[in-house]
Amino acid sequence: MITLSHYLLLAGLLFAIAVAGIFINRKNVILLLMCIELMLLAVNFNFVAFSRFLGILDGQIFVFFILTVAAAEAAIGLAILVVLFRQRRSINVEELDAMKG
Amino acid sequence: MPVPAKILSWLIWLPIAAGVLVLLLGERRIALGRWVALAASLSTLVLCVPLWAGFDLTTHALQYGEKEPWIGALNAWYHLGIDGIALPLIVLTVFMTPLVIISAWTTIERRPAQYFAAFLVMEGLMIGVFSAADALLFYVFWEAMLIPMFLIIGIWGGTRRVYATIKFFLYTFLGSVLMLVALIWLYLDGGSYEIAAMHRLPLGMTEQVLIFLAFFAAFAVKVPMWPVHTWLPDAHVEAPTGGSVILAAIMLKMGGYGFLRFSLPIAPDASRELDWLIITLSLIAIAYIGFVALVQRDMKKLIAYSSIAHMGFVTLGAFVAYDIWQTTGSVSGAAMGLDGAMVQMVSHGLVSGALFLCVGVLYDRLHTRDISAYGGVVNTMPVFAFFAVLFAMANAGLPGTSGFVGEFLVIVAVFKANFWYAFVAALTLILGAAYTLWLVKRVIWGDVGNDGVASLKDLNVREFIVLATLALAVLFIGVWPAPLLDVMRPTISFLVEQLMVSKL
Amino acid sequence: MSIVNLCLLIVLAPLAAAIVAGLGGRLISRAAAHTLCIAGVTVSFAASAWILDQMLDGAPVLNQSIYTWGVSDGLSMEIGFLVDNLSALMMTVVTFVSLAVHVYTIGYMRDDPGYQRFFAYISLFTFAMLMLVMSNNFLQLFFGWEAVGLVSYLLIGFWYKRPTAIFANYKAFIVNRIGDFGFIVGIAVIVAYMGSLDYMEVFERIPRAIGHDLFLTPGEPSKVITVICVALFLGAMGKSAQLPLHVWLPDSMEGPTPISALIHAATMVTAGIFMVARMSPLFQMSPDALHFIVVIGATTALFMGLLGLVNNDIKRVIAYSTLSQLGYMTAALGAGAYGASIFHLMTHAFFKALLFLAAGSVIIGMHHEQDMRRMGGLKRYMPITYWTCLIGSLALIGFPGFSGFFSKDIIIEAIGHSDTEGAGYAYWCVLIGVFVTALYSFRLVFMTFHGRERMDEHTREHLHESPWVVTLPLIALAIPSIAIGWLTVGPIVFGDFFAGAIAHAQDGPLAELGREFHGPAAFVMHAIRSPVLYLALGGIVAAWYLYLKRPELPDRIATRYARLYRLLVNKYYFDWFNENVVASGVRSFGTGLWKRGDETVIDGWLVNGSARTIGALALIVRRVQSGYLYHYAFAMIIGLSLLLGWLLLRS
Repeated sequence: MITLSHYLLLAGLLFAIAVAGIFINRKNVILLLMCIELMLLAVNFNFVAFSRFLGILDGQIFVFFILTVAAAEAAIGLAILVVLFRQRRSINVEELDAMKG
Repeated sequence: MPVPAKILSWLIWLPIAAGVLVLLLGERRIALGRWVALAASLSTLVLCVPLWAGFDLTTHALQYGEKEPWIGALNAWYHLGIDGIALPLIVLTVFMTPLVIISAWTTIERRPAQYFAAFLVMEGLMIGVFSAADALLFYVFWEAMLIPMFLIIGIWGGTRRVYATIKFFLYTFLGSVLMLVALIWLYLDGGSYEIAAMHRLPLGMTEQVLIFLAFFAAFAVKVPMWPVHTWLPDAHVEAPTGGSVILAAIMLKMGGYGFLRFSLPIAPDASRELDWLIITLSLIAIAYIGFVALVQRDMKKLIAYSSIAHMGFVTLGAFVAYDIWQTTGSVSGAAMGLDGAMVQMVSHGLVSGALFLCVGVLYDRLHTRDISAYGGVVNTMPVFAFFAVLFAMANAGLPGTSGFVGEFLVIVAVFKANFWYAFVAALTLILGAAYTLWLVKRVIWGDVGNDGVASLKDLNVREFIVLATLALAVLFIGVWPAPLLDVMRPTISFLVEQLMVSKL
Repeated sequence: MSIVNLCLLIVLAPLAAAIVAGLGGRLISRAAAHTLCIAGVTVSFAASAWILDQMLDGAPVLNQSIYTWGVSDGLSMEIGFLVDNLSALMMTVVTFVSLAVHVYTIGYMRDDPGYQRFFAYISLFTFAMLMLVMSNNFLQLFFGWEAVGLVSYLLIGFWYKRPTAIFANYKAFIVNRIGDFGFIVGIAVIVAYMGSLDYMEVFERIPRAIGHDLFLTPGEPSKVITVICVALFLGAMGKSAQLPLHVWLPDSMEGPTPISALIHAATMVTAGIFMVARMSPLFQMSPDALHFIVVIGATTALFMGLLGLVNNDIKRVIAYSTLSQLGYMTAALGAGAYGASIFHLMTHAFFKALLFLAAGSVIIGMHHEQDMRRMGGLKRYMPITYWTCLIGSLALIGFPGFSGFFSKDIIIEAIGHSDTEGAGYAYWCVLIGVFVTALYSFRLVFMTFHGRERMDEHTREHLHESPWVVTLPLIALAIPSIAIGWLTVGPIVFGDFFAGAIAHAQDGPLAELGREFHGPAAFVMHAIRSPVLYLALGGIVAAWYLYLKRPELPDRIATRYARLYRLLVNKYYFDWFNENVVASGVRSFGTGLWKRGDETVIDGWLVNGSARTIGALALIVRRVQSGYLYHYAFAMIIGLSLLLGWLLLRS
């Protein structure tokens, strides 16, 4: 029997993988974007699972919102990435320290 | 003479509105903007005539009061009103501003509209500082006034203007913030921001000392007292002529005004305990700064240092009351010290303003403030030399000029407290003459020093009007200071009463 | 016209003339400037003389305020006039000398581009000096005191292109200010103890100060009255150029000669003497102050006279003579012989102005050459100048019958009779001073007017007597130089002329002399039996022997006593000391305070130091901001976990 906790565990695992990806990855900005998408995916997973088990539709509506936002975000993120690459000829995370104090 | 209703609000907001108008007219319609600026500043001056004429010389109470609700939640009011120590300083402000505007008529080339606007706005804010009867309102005007001055030095200043503005801003702001803390404390204690209520508020000794020190931080920086004076020479050197004039003539007076309006009446017992601190620092300022001024090579720096020494008389005269009371057992002389402090403020406003304008006249021609770049100016600019020597003599405290009155009263008053106070204070007779005339000797007298000096043109009509007006004022106060002293008398006597009543 | 209005006219006429001539500048012609100024001073002189005449006829003393300058803390500060015999005499002397100098200036400054300015200055000076002598309170006295100093400053630096002139005027003002420093402290003490600035009120309240002590240093009381007198006298030392504040007066000779006569001989420098005489009720109460005064005065009288012996500049010799004569007056004040001092002030004003103007006449003739070594034999070319100068010199050395004789003899006798401490020392100083005075005066006369003609050909050809505007004042001053002593010694010194104006005019050393006084003729006869006359004659003979008979001798003496000669030539090293120790000390002290104090300690350590400390802290803290996204994310995760953990643990 697959219970709620299985779903939650899976979502948690996905989120943890995404977090690890963000701060272990030091090479590629695209990977960062993918990790963020993965985080959102984990959240969506939770929303759907709760929605199903509680029998309330609100969660699934939220998922639609998140999906749209995620799509927009990915588009903008990739656009920034392209501009960044044009500017710096690199998308190496190690070199992106313009925010250094 | 009928006094217009809400005259203080008019005095504050008319120049500010005119400043905004000049700003809106913009740089392209500067010809019109100049006249608007001059008309506004002159109308403010005209408004001061009924203000002075209608002033009641028999009372220390606030006059021309206005009270409107402002920030209800904080019990802060738009409350204005002036007494005998605010009036002379307001008149000084409205007297100096038109002169600054006339003197900058064509000499400012970069963004003149913004320059005039800044001065008009500042005029309104400065009048606000002197006429606020509500502490929060006072604080708002006090801080707001920093902004135009910050811009004036930062935009139209000399080469090291950024360093000077930051130093100026941080110094003054650091002090003011502590004052805000003190004001909030007093508000929480008494539930009101009304200054008169703060005067009546009973306070414990520890409270008083802390409040006194917080006020001290704000006002000592503004005066400026030794050793928090080093922003002044830098700010003056970098500021454009008009900025220096207003800085020396009015802004420094706010420190002195603050001591009289806040420190002394709100914390009388702490003032009594800590008067040695102020007296010592004042005497150090008078002697130490005199020596420093003697070796300056930059004209503006020399005058800036001399300002510090002269302002030493203000703080000395203001705080000597307790010492007189302790030595002689009576308050006779205390009011004279305060009178001297006030007259010194007005006189210093006129004289140092005039001296900075004189330096400005030279700077406009040769673009240097270096004393060694001049010499023998009298050969090519005899009319200018006449005024420069006159103001130099006033700066040296020659009787018959306004510079003498305040120094004389303070020296005579502090003698009652202690012989050595008077001794050190009287040293200014020697030092003041030494550094001022040393400047005159090197700049004005002598044979033509170089080609630059040889090419100098004497004063134009505009410069002549400005300096002649100031000269008349300086001589008038020197020959007949009675009207000034009469205006202040009830307020000063009341202040002495306040000082002698313990709040503990 | 009431006396008060007349007094106003006396002071305002020169002021108005000065303003018009000064501010009008080049707009008005030279003739207009001098006509106006001379008219102003003539009005003042005529009115002053009339008032003096009225006073002599017993008119009441005028003591009235004109307006209230200001009221502070119950102290009413008024501007007003006190006209009694003392001030009426001073007014007349000042305006008379001023008038003579005004006329003389037309000739002396004829070719100067600053003609109108000069007239404006001397008229302004007359105004200031009159304000000083006519004042009835300390405030106005101080105003006049400083105002004459200002005009003196402007006039010494009149030829502002000369570096020496603008150095001299700076020096004069600062040295005077040192005196004024004492003066204002004295006024502060007076206000503190007497509570008034008005002379009469102050004199009435003298008992309030007596018996009080001031503790200037803990445990050492000084009498208040002595502090007042010494402080006021410090002012007089500056203005009347007494040791050690005398240094400005010789340098002030950089100014044009007419003002040397008016300001630096006849009037302004005597302001200190006048002030002490005016304050005699105060000074009389303090024997310590009188002791101080008599010693200072006598020392100045002798030692400044000695300097006149070695100087070759004709004006400077007269300047040292002025210093020495001021020393006589001061010593007389210290001896309590105020009347004698004022009497000498008056005679000195006439004959010293005469000497200066005569020297000026010589300088015009010599084309602005002032070195006596290049003169000689001028008697032939400038007879009027010679005779008037001779009269002046005879008056100066106190030749019997001339005005200086009476005043100086009385001073010496008075000091001899005085019971002030230090009068014994002073007596010897002024006695030797008589010989010195005669020696340098006739050295001047002989070197200038007699002997070999040492000027160059060109100058000699152009030598001629000066125009009438120059010689007329000389003659006008020569008459009182001869006669004024004879005419006035009886009433002024031994009569009751100063009874109302000067304290103890009726007793003191002068009263003792007065009992032996039987008219001027008897006084002259009496002189034949006193050593003073023989010292003066000895001086003349010595001068004749050294400078006419054996002119090579002075140089031999100078080489023989080289050390003494150097001491005199270097003016006792006062200037050296002031320049190398005082002035440079003050400058390096100021630089030290500025560079070390302001720039290093306050700006360097406190202001920029705190900025640097914050900067250093920030340098450490900023390492946290690496700029890497993953660091920030990691920090967020850690923060989040800690927060969540805390929330969980708490519940």
